[in-house]
Amino acid sequence: MTEAAPKESAARSFRHVVQLEKVDMTFGKVQALSNVDFKVGRNEIVGLLGDNGAGKSTLIKIVSGVLRPTTGNVWVRDRLVNLDQYSVRKAHDLRIETVHQGQTLGEKQPLWRNLFVGRQITGRFGFIDVKKEKEIADQLLRRAIGFRGHGITAESTVRDLSGGERQGIAIARAMYFEADLIVLDEPTTALAVSEVRKVLSFVEGVKAGGRACIYIEHSLAHVHEVADRLVILDRGKVVGQFAKGEISLADLTARMIALHEGRTHAGA
Amino acid sequence: MPARESVMKRLLGTEGLPIIAVLLALVMVFMIAAPDVFLGYRIYMSFLATVPPLLVLAAALTLLVAAGEIDLSFPSVIALSGWVLGYFTHVLGSPWLGLLLALLAGALVGWLNGVLVARIGVPSIIATLATQFLWGGLTTVFSQGLSYSLGEVDQYFLWHLLVGRIGAFPVQALWSLAVAAVLWLVLNRHRFGEHLLFIGDNARVAEVVGVNVAREKIRAFVLMGVMAAFASVLLTFENRSFFNTQGGGYLLEVMAAVFIGGTSVFGGRASLVGTVAGSFIIGMVEAGLVATGLQGFWVRAVVGVVFLAAVIGHILIEEPERRTAFVRALRSRTDLLRKSSPGGGSTERRGAR
Repeated sequence: MTEAAPKESAARSFRHVVQLEKVDMTFGKVQALSNVDFKVGRNEIVGLLGDNGAGKSTLIKIVSGVLRPTTGNVWVRDRLVNLDQYSVRKAHDLRIETVHQGQTLGEKQPLWRNLFVGRQITGRFGFIDVKKEKEIADQLLRRAIGFRGHGITAESTVRDLSGGERQGIAIARAMYFEADLIVLDEPTTALAVSEVRKVLSFVEGVKAGGRACIYIEHSLAHVHEVADRLVILDRGKVVGQFAKGEISLADLTARMIALHEGRTHAGA
Repeated sequence: MPARESVMKRLLGTEGLPIIAVLLALVMVFMIAAPDVFLGYRIYMSFLATVPPLLVLAAALTLLVAAGEIDLSFPSVIALSGWVLGYFTHVLGSPWLGLLLALLAGALVGWLNGVLVARIGVPSIIATLATQFLWGGLTTVFSQGLSYSLGEVDQYFLWHLLVGRIGAFPVQALWSLAVAAVLWLVLNRHRFGEHLLFIGDNARVAEVVGVNVAREKIRAFVLMGVMAAFASVLLTFENRSFFNTQGGGYLLEVMAAVFIGGTSVFGGRASLVGTVAGSFIIGMVEAGLVATGLQGFWVRAVVGVVFLAAVIGHILIEEPERRTAFVRALRSRTDLLRKSSPGGGSTERRGAR
């Protein structure tokens, strides 16, 4: 599936798969993002760094259509997006896939429903082609990350799965729909070490397939390893950008610690 | 994969199986206790005439509960739509127009409920309690507190189409089962039903996977309103009369039918097959108890027992962890009993084995 991906998207020409311009986001009195410019080139892996509450999740929720920015513009493939009509579904149509942090699966629902909900394979009148969805789900499970092949089928419910398996399903879902841009928000949190490797090689595979990725991760080492460019957020602002090789892991770590300390002092 | 195990599993996994077993057991008890009544066909024809409104309401409510919501306003829709049906059939001289307006009234009530819940954010139990008062009150105003007799309503073809008889068989039974079947398809095989299940499971998850939560909830409330209106039409036609209090008895019975049927109180899981069985259980208990010679006073108490047993049974079946905990608790309790009993000697011997 991964190999077959670049067919259509590579044919069209665009410079940036996603671009945010002067984006502000406020929740009541809280300024989650202020005047953020952020772009992701085609075939680029962007590592997004920042402390808790820096605005990373808010930023990717805007990209993936969950949140509407208070002000600012969003471009997808160099085209201005009409934000009044932008939604998760619209983002899916524009080939943007997101693996959100935390819970993104329906606990009591079978895996086949979880893989397709929101864009079911339907026949006439919106009825779901259950057989087809289950077949594809079973195929996906066989090579999904996090599974050791013990008795989990398309019919299993999410609550029968371990944390790593759940993450695997969420990633498999994003992989299946072959996006131009895959957004991963802390994808390795619940995973065992060996599975973290698989996620990292998946991210590298995204690039090899000619696609782009926004990668959020607590482990600086992982981000530093795979990202082409690092963007650092602090209190809703972009405070640093580095191309691959411009900053060493040690310097990056020192910088993030300094930011964290500056923050706690400022808060005190 | 061993075939025998999967057959067994599939059988146990059949939707609504436990509650169908309860229904059959209940019928058997009644057959033994009151053979004169329950071995004839008449009593069943009578059930098939009286259960349909309950079944239509419960089937629609099942979808709403699946989405984690509730509707308490449907008793007032039964009153309101019954009045609309009677009044406009009389004034306009067309039962078809009466039916159409009755359904529209139900849709309007449902839409308002949906907007209150999904757009304004009033919890559904409060919003629909308020609209129950509102529409029930307005119906009393419209009808001036009077009841109407629809004496000659059986001159209309529509009456025969909806609540007529084929021999002794009441046609409304077919309509209500058709409604249940269509709603089963909608819930289990349609995009809309899947969205409701995810909303009931976890509305946040539903949102990030691209479900338009507010819109789907409003649709579910509208569906509930229209179905309540349809139930009202069946009831009003069957009774050939309208009472402005005619929905009152349904509130608790319908909810009991849904939850006895195994639909999760917490949303995200629902069984329409269970709801059908639950509706017949609720619909039969009264007649059954009276026929067996128990006083009618017992009806509610017995429903309560069946209700509790069913809900506990469903939790134990659905949640294996709770079942093991329950069995363990039961075992330790019986161990204690054995140890403290006077015949403790035998237990010791068994323990030494």
